[in-house]
Amino acid sequence: MDSNSDFLVQFKNVQKSYDGVHLVVKDFNVDMVRGEFLTMLGPSGSGKTTCLMMLAGFETATSGEIILDGQSINNVAPHKRDIGMVFQNYALFPHMSVAENLAFPLQVRKMGKSEITDKVNHALKMVRLDNFANRRPAQLSGGQQQRVAVARALVFEPKLVLMDEPLGALDKNLREEMQYEIKHIHEDLGVTMLYVTHDQVEALTMSDRIAVFDDGIVQQLATPHALYDQPCNAFVANFIGENNRLMGKVIAIEGDTCRVELSGGGGIVQAKKINVDKVGDTTTLSLRPERVLVNPAAGVCPNNCEATVEELIYHGDHTRTRVSISGHTDFIIKVPNTHNQQHMQRGEKITIGWDTDDCRALDA
Amino acid sequence: MATSYSKVGEMTTNDGVPLKVSLQRSQRKLKIWAFLLVAPLLLFIIVSFIIPVVNMSLRGVENPQVHTIMPNVTKALARWEGVDLPDEATYAALVLDLQEGRKNKNIGKVASRLNYERSGMRRVISGSARKAVKLTEGPYKKQMIKIDKSWGDVAVWSLIKRESGQFTFSYLISAVDYRTNDQGNIEAKPENKQIYKALFGRTLIMSFTITAICILLAYPIAYLLATLPLAKSNLLMILVLLPFWTSLLVRTTTWIVLLQTQGVLNDVLVWMNIIDEAGRLQMIFNKTGTIVAMTHILLPFMILPLYSVMKTIPPTYMRAALSLGANPVVAFVRVYIPMTVSGIGAGSLLVFILSIGYYITPALVGGQSGLLISNMIAYHMQNSLNWGLAGALGFILLVIVMVFYSIFNKVIGIDKMKMG
Amino acid sequence: MKKLLKLSIIATAIAAVSLGSIAQAEETFTVVSWGGAYTKSQQRAYSEPYTAKTGTKFLHEDKSGTALAGIRSQVEANNVTWDLVDILEGDAMIACDEGLVEEINYDEILAAAPDGTPASADFLGGLNGCFIPQIYYATLFAFNDEMFPGEKPSTIADVFDLEKFPGKRALEKIPAGNLEWALMAWGVAPDKVYDLLDTEEGIALAFKKLDTIKDSVIWWEAGAQPPQLLSDKEVSIASGYNGRFFGAQVNEKQPFTIIWDGQVAEIDGWVVPKGKLTDEMKAYIKFATDTQRLADQSKYISYGPARKSSAAFVDKHADTGIDMKPHMPTSPANFTNPIIKNAEWWANNKDDMSERFNAWLSK
Repeated sequence: MDSNSDFLVQFKNVQKSYDGVHLVVKDFNVDMVRGEFLTMLGPSGSGKTTCLMMLAGFETATSGEIILDGQSINNVAPHKRDIGMVFQNYALFPHMSVAENLAFPLQVRKMGKSEITDKVNHALKMVRLDNFANRRPAQLSGGQQQRVAVARALVFEPKLVLMDEPLGALDKNLREEMQYEIKHIHEDLGVTMLYVTHDQVEALTMSDRIAVFDDGIVQQLATPHALYDQPCNAFVANFIGENNRLMGKVIAIEGDTCRVELSGGGGIVQAKKINVDKVGDTTTLSLRPERVLVNPAAGVCPNNCEATVEELIYHGDHTRTRVSISGHTDFIIKVPNTHNQQHMQRGEKITIGWDTDDCRALDA
Repeated sequence: MATSYSKVGEMTTNDGVPLKVSLQRSQRKLKIWAFLLVAPLLLFIIVSFIIPVVNMSLRGVENPQVHTIMPNVTKALARWEGVDLPDEATYAALVLDLQEGRKNKNIGKVASRLNYERSGMRRVISGSARKAVKLTEGPYKKQMIKIDKSWGDVAVWSLIKRESGQFTFSYLISAVDYRTNDQGNIEAKPENKQIYKALFGRTLIMSFTITAICILLAYPIAYLLATLPLAKSNLLMILVLLPFWTSLLVRTTTWIVLLQTQGVLNDVLVWMNIIDEAGRLQMIFNKTGTIVAMTHILLPFMILPLYSVMKTIPPTYMRAALSLGANPVVAFVRVYIPMTVSGIGAGSLLVFILSIGYYITPALVGGQSGLLISNMIAYHMQNSLNWGLAGALGFILLVIVMVFYSIFNKVIGIDKMKMG
Repeated sequence: MKKLLKLSIIATAIAAVSLGSIAQAEETFTVVSWGGAYTKSQQRAYSEPYTAKTGTKFLHEDKSGTALAGIRSQVEANNVTWDLVDILEGDAMIACDEGLVEEINYDEILAAAPDGTPASADFLGGLNGCFIPQIYYATLFAFNDEMFPGEKPSTIADVFDLEKFPGKRALEKIPAGNLEWALMAWGVAPDKVYDLLDTEEGIALAFKKLDTIKDSVIWWEAGAQPPQLLSDKEVSIASGYNGRFFGAQVNEKQPFTIIWDGQVAEIDGWVVPKGKLTDEMKAYIKFATDTQRLADQSKYISYGPARKSSAAFVDKHADTGIDMKPHMPTSPANFTNPIIKNAEWWANNKDDMSERFNAWLSK
């Protein structure tokens, strides 16, 4: 099938069960484009790592097919798949020096000595560790080990690189630094990467596309932008970024918008119809905190509500404002600390407003 | 802030006390505590291990018999040139010492001592002592030679002079199959009396063999133990430890029942027509028996350190190696095995040192070809009563063990070892 | 509560101390012997009757295999715990020379024969100063009948003839006995054996003969092994102690036959470690080595009493009623071609011979 040649990796109806009773991966379908940075994001136990391991060859699919570069690899041994992999604990061989670790995949491919030296040096330069070639992994810091692990997974120029929560063990600053570094390597080399993480910030920062996993199923597969702005269900909306939820009942549907009566007597608002079918459905309205305006000028917002300020937390660039609205006391608004922003007091009655497109009516 | 510089380079505290001194003071209490905590064990080891080892090693060079029981002869022989027979005064001293030794009933110790060096000296000394009691006046030279013609032999006198020192090397010399000849030169023992060098060699070779077999057998089991789910690995672990809970003698005897020519294994082989009745295999009372039984006994000492090391190796290392393109065999050899070297080292050291000193098992199942040097030491302790030679052999064995320990240490590094 | 605990501890301590002193008042002898049927026979013939008579208790230890080493280390450590030790004549001589055991004034300490013959004249030999002879025993060959359906071995030469009498041999892992037999197998008369062994050629000759069967020998070290090896058919002919073979024949009905030819007759007896020759011990020795007691022992095991006067009192086996006289190594029918073990020769040459023997074994 020619049309498949654009895809480097395809999962087709892949299922996985360990005990013959429960499915860990229920029905996994994904097509990865060459050069893409795809992230599998989800809470632990959602099946994302299992999918990665099936692709790497350390787990076998219970049913379905995995295709790499046009070939079914269900029965290909892991060492013949030519897939680079970065492990959570790096798995650097402790008895080998950094250079030996990097040379290992080249040696088992029976490359010439000088070629190996060149490639190892090049890879070390890429991760800025040229001076550490003769150190043992134990003599390196966590970030340095991480870079060695990345270099080792890339040095033999695999078709595909898998990363299994590679930054999980690093502290926050280092983690952010490494995110950019990996991202740059990806852009420079154009290598296809499949990345697993439970950290949504990481996923949003690095990925071309993100597959959000829950309960063995991909909930949504989309670009970071689309995931954030247009979550297709309540799980995705909650899992990606911060989210305000308002419960209510659909009382009218008009094209791709609907009217929702908020529970707790908060009045009627207009929302974008995403996951509701008919009048009378209960629904969760999803609203990003930074899309809510405080005391908007009249006519700016189609939806306006009364709210009471409960708490103000200063965050430097913005003030996190918790208000109560129609019985919900955990409604968050991010108010930018711009030059002309008015100051609010605790207990103050305010009006809040938002655009219909920003308020999405999702499943209950 | 708390430190200031009194002189260039020396740190002091705010009170002006040098920092080092202050640190030592503050840690002294801790050190005393630490010492008190280990003191009972230290005392126990000194009393029950170090003192006996030193004592036994000293026996390999101590030589009090002639020196203390025949003091007059010792003194008289000090002037003797060793060419012709000693003078009359020496014979008089001999008579005096023999009479005295007979009276104190300790002349037999000299007899036993000299008999180790020269066959028949027991008769010479004990017999002469019995008869010398009756001598009352000189000249003694003629009378003594009449009592036993050995007293007219320069070689006998040379021997007594040689062994009249407080210390002797004759046991150590004998322990490596050498001897001092009548001329006082050290030479190799005759072929038909050489045994210890060959036994040391055999002990080392057998210990190496047993260690190697233990590695080969223990490795897969330890791997299985480390990778099986907990419930199953616990059961397997109990099976591994089971031999520990059985008496050594019972285990060894069981091997006799299994391996002897009329034993279970041979019966099975005959029944399966693999061998015929006349071709029953000799698998016990020889080297094979010793190796089989000792490997069985020492196997847990290899499995446990290996297991404890393997347990700490996460499966991701093997996966990483596979993902990097190594086939499973290469991955195992180049990644997994090197990571278990510390376990192999610890296990090998344990098994090797234990087997180098083993003696009950070889004594029971070793026959003549499966005997080790420890059996010879035990023999000299219990049967021949030549404790000096036993001490010398033990000392040499101790030196060999220490040499191998330091080689192990150089190659693998004791500090890196995991003992399980 | 604490007080009560303290009180009870003190009370227990007092009780223990007083019990201990009572136990001490009642004499207990620690007697070292060879174990098994042999110790049993000594118990039944000597110590049990003595306990019945005087109340003296006996503690038996099976350490005679290393008796000399034991006595020496106890005497050297100044902590002698053994009261009476069963030992071979040669070892007794060494112990005596080294002053490890008490000298015995035979006629004063030992009972005279019933006819009044003093002890020193009544014993069959071995009275060398410290040693109190007890039995004559023989180290000899026996074979398993079932392994020789046709002609049966009957001489020492047969033992060394692997072609005519196939099968493995069991020999004791010491030079004593084996060297003598090897010379006998060449045709040397028993009374000439030690003269020949005094020469280098004689020793070489002995080892040369042993070489011919070396590959077929299983070496034993404990007296219980030879009957076991024979009944397991691991070997066809085994050397061993005649009492052990007798025990297997009588008690276990094993089909063993004893080859009396070339039996190595040796005396076994008692020594008293240094400082243990108390009046109580003297009294016990007098009792246990009198004519009747030595004869009694032969009711339980087939070893010959070491006193001439005991021979007439040798009776039937206590458990089976077998007449013991034909089973005594000293009975005329069995004593036709014996080697009388030269204990003195062995005391002088044991070190040298053992060295050679061990070197030969390890080759």
